[in-house]
Amino acid sequence: MPTITLNRKVFERIVGKKLSDNKLKDRISMLGTDLEELGKEEIIVEVFPNRPDLLSEQGFSRAFSTFIGAKRGLSKFNVYDSKQKVIIDKNLKDVRPYTACAIARNLKLDDEKIREIIQVQEKLHITYGRNRKKVAIGIYPLEKIKLPITFKAEDPKQIVFQPLEWKKEINALEILEKHPIGQKYGHLLDAKTKFPVFRDANGKVLSVPPIINSHDVGKITEKTKEVFIECSGFDFDVLHKALNMIVTTLHDMGARIESMTLDYPDKKRITPILEPRKIRVDLNYVNKYLGTDIDEKGLKKYLEMMGFGYENKQALIPSYRADVLHQIDLVEDVAIAYGYENFEEVIPNVATIGQQDGFESFKTKISEMIAGLGFLETSTYLVTNKEHQTKLMNLKYETIELANSLSEEYDSLRFWMIPILLDVLASNKHQEYPQNLYEAGWVFTKDNKQETGILEQNRLGVVLCGPAVDYTKIRQVIDLILNYLEIKYTVESIEHDSFIKGRVARVKVNEKGVAYIGEISPRVLENFCLEMPVAALELNLSEIYKTLSK
Amino acid sequence: MQNLISSLHPLERKVVPILKDRILFADLVKKSNMKEVEVMRAIQWLSNKKVLSIKEDIQDLVDLDKNGALYALKGLPEKRFLKVLIDESLTMEELMAKTKFSKDEVNVCIGALKSKAAIDVKKAKEIIFSITKQGKNLLKKDTPEEKFLKKDFPVDVQTLGPEEKLALNNLLKRKEILKKIVTKKKTINLTKLGKDLIKEDISKTDVADRLTPEMLKEGSWKKKDFRAYDVSINVPKIYGGRRHFVNKAVDYMKRIWLDMGFTEMTGTIVQTGFWNLDTLFVPQDHPARAMQDTFYIKEPKHGKLPKWFERVKKVHENGGDTGSDGWGGKWSKEEASENMLRTHTTGVSAMFLDKIRNGEYNLPAKFFSVNKVFRNEAPDWKHLFEFNQVEGIVVDPDANLKHLKGYLKEFFGKMGFTDVRMRPAHFPYTEPSVEVDVYNPKKKQWIELGGAGIFRPEVTKTLIGKEVPVLAWGLGMERIIVDYFGFKDLRDLYNNRLDLLRNMKEWMK
Repeated sequence: MPTITLNRKVFERIVGKKLSDNKLKDRISMLGTDLEELGKEEIIVEVFPNRPDLLSEQGFSRAFSTFIGAKRGLSKFNVYDSKQKVIIDKNLKDVRPYTACAIARNLKLDDEKIREIIQVQEKLHITYGRNRKKVAIGIYPLEKIKLPITFKAEDPKQIVFQPLEWKKEINALEILEKHPIGQKYGHLLDAKTKFPVFRDANGKVLSVPPIINSHDVGKITEKTKEVFIECSGFDFDVLHKALNMIVTTLHDMGARIESMTLDYPDKKRITPILEPRKIRVDLNYVNKYLGTDIDEKGLKKYLEMMGFGYENKQALIPSYRADVLHQIDLVEDVAIAYGYENFEEVIPNVATIGQQDGFESFKTKISEMIAGLGFLETSTYLVTNKEHQTKLMNLKYETIELANSLSEEYDSLRFWMIPILLDVLASNKHQEYPQNLYEAGWVFTKDNKQETGILEQNRLGVVLCGPAVDYTKIRQVIDLILNYLEIKYTVESIEHDSFIKGRVARVKVNEKGVAYIGEISPRVLENFCLEMPVAALELNLSEIYKTLSK
Repeated sequence: MQNLISSLHPLERKVVPILKDRILFADLVKKSNMKEVEVMRAIQWLSNKKVLSIKEDIQDLVDLDKNGALYALKGLPEKRFLKVLIDESLTMEELMAKTKFSKDEVNVCIGALKSKAAIDVKKAKEIIFSITKQGKNLLKKDTPEEKFLKKDFPVDVQTLGPEEKLALNNLLKRKEILKKIVTKKKTINLTKLGKDLIKEDISKTDVADRLTPEMLKEGSWKKKDFRAYDVSINVPKIYGGRRHFVNKAVDYMKRIWLDMGFTEMTGTIVQTGFWNLDTLFVPQDHPARAMQDTFYIKEPKHGKLPKWFERVKKVHENGGDTGSDGWGGKWSKEEASENMLRTHTTGVSAMFLDKIRNGEYNLPAKFFSVNKVFRNEAPDWKHLFEFNQVEGIVVDPDANLKHLKGYLKEFFGKMGFTDVRMRPAHFPYTEPSVEVDVYNPKKKQWIELGGAGIFRPEVTKTLIGKEVPVLAWGLGMERIIVDYFGFKDLRDLYNNRLDLLRNMKEWMK
């Protein structure tokens, strides 16, 4: 989860109240954020991904101050008209069609504030911006730009400029090839014949979003007093919210925020608009979900604690909040303000009858039956190794492989249980013999008839390992199980390369194969580095259960 | 004394008559005509009964080695060397031919014999060896070394005289004639009680060792006394068959939910993203969907979607009929159909909400499952890529957040935790979302055990067909089990070490 680093002094100044360490710890965690570190200089807070607006010192402090009651309700943001426009070309349609822009003046920047602005920009890129795919943000010193600005798509070879952290001018294709930032984000422009570019009135390149800014006009310094801000991407509402998160942060740093006219091919839009939007809140709805008895006055109080406004049965949602999709989102904020710690536990008087799953209950019975024979139940992973399932078992078979396993050892789903049990035997060679083990587990095979194309069945594996095991001993086990279940069966000799020839059989119920039994081939034992004979059975419990249910 | 005699085991009875005040264990074994282990067990038991004491000393022995065994039969090589010279003087080549010695062996013999002035070496055209008078005398009797080799091996070094020790040292210098063995020597000393015991005629007392079927049939047990056992003695371990301890814990947790009127849910382990994520309103560009967290299936890469998938598409794109704005953007059917190992069992809950829509269950309904879930992580002491999740949903038109805390408190109470705490959290499919902590009274600390909340209307209205509050939780189980059994490493739960499975304490809840 993303974190935000707060300068404790700045934080306390904005909040307007000093809290003890214990109180801070408690309140930060009850606001729905996690305290990572509480130092004298710095506080590090983990923020859930639904609240990107908390990813700046100003944003977090704003939310915290209303939550602890130091301030109340909506914050006020004035926006002035800059009377400037940004021209958006229609050829961006399939490239990166939208932008939302603003101007901020009267910035009094210092090291600390520049660090803060870069932090907001980076955190938003990673989280809300989905690594610049959904939102890319650029901030430029206005002094170096001649307005109006144009946003259009161009042949990348024609976009020539000096990018940040690079010594000379190169074209946009070369940036993707050579520049480390270009290499990192280049995939976002893959397969595009034209690249998006911001240019000023003199044709000077500001940036190629979402990749990189120009060295010349794309970097703010302590001398910068005014900035142009743009967010580019594919969903105008998303961009507008991201822009609002940034400009409200700058506003709280003391900047004057000015709107711009966005000259789109189809219509003109104006950003930023920092007016709150309205959602109807139904008091009954809130109380129903929370089990509370909150009145309208309480509702207003709780909403205001969370930075919302409330009037005429409507909640006013700040322009930077991206997480309110439905009235239910306000219910949660009311619960947070009410205090999760203040909900008492209630067991309702609802009569329902418990019911265990039929197969699960059958599986438990089988397991207890086998334990009664003196065998040990194992519990293994069903993600396993392909080679162990096939090659080491002297078999050729296609397992269902995982596309992206982090570990080579675990690359497939198992399709039978015996190899897994042989692995367990192999890791217990120094333990006392005989070692008689069993496990009922899920195995996976391809099957078009299933929704996923994969059939999941439960199989019982049993291995007997010791100096005196043989076919008879394992045959006795299957005989016992099927007799207890009153299932008639036949046994036929088969060939199976995992077993000794002539000592392996298929067990059939109603002419359908349900189990293999036999003595494991010495070649297989050698593959698993086992020095004791093994007799094994593999019984399809899913099939047996089906037979019993008929 | 009579009690002592009646408690003697048959093995002890065989040993007692041949005991002396002081006897070596090895001698006792020879005298007894019994197996060494049997004698050992008998004297161990007798020692427990304070009849005797056993003293162990380190004993240095020497035994014949490879060459030594040969020389003991055929004589030392220098003697054989001298013998071939008795009739004639010989050259080096002739010597080697007659003795069949290697050149090295010949050289060793020459050195040894020259030092004893037993041979004469002349240099003419070739070197010629002949025997001296001294040499002839030497042949008449055994050297101390030869005498030594004729001893009864193995030989206890401590029993040797000074001359023998010298011979031993000479032989040890030579190659593979003797080898040293260090063993423990056990000496048995009788106690006062023991000395009294061997004076008794123990053969007279007729004690039965075992009650046999014959005795019962014939009634002969009536005339017999039974040997008294040392009941406090340790016995060899036995191991029974056993279910795996994690499964026992799982069964217990299932029992709790069943007792609380919950119905068990099951569903597939491989699921499409549709069930695992999309029905739960997890946006398609959510980081949890990224490759690193989820195991995807290589082939078949895609599964099928139910006919009504458009409902889910709409709710993602614009909220559909749920009153929500939705996530915006385009929802991809292709992405939703990707097969994956379920990352939680909440997809199974989604399948059961759909069953409610189909009329398979009536409201209010309560469901649970305790089952495997998967995260694509490298396993370490606090992470597993495959673990169990305790899942529960309550579908009840009157359910609320206080009930959620009630159900959780009840469950954890039965698991031995006294208190439950809720903290705000975030999951895409619940609102309000809750982090669940429980208080461990033994460790005096709060432990994070999972997430919970009330399903969003985007989830419930789309799946059930109407907005009904659905309380939901997905709790970690491994941490509780690890704490219970006192492990530090989560991987110990599934390493299947047989000594652990055999000896582990029982799940006593």
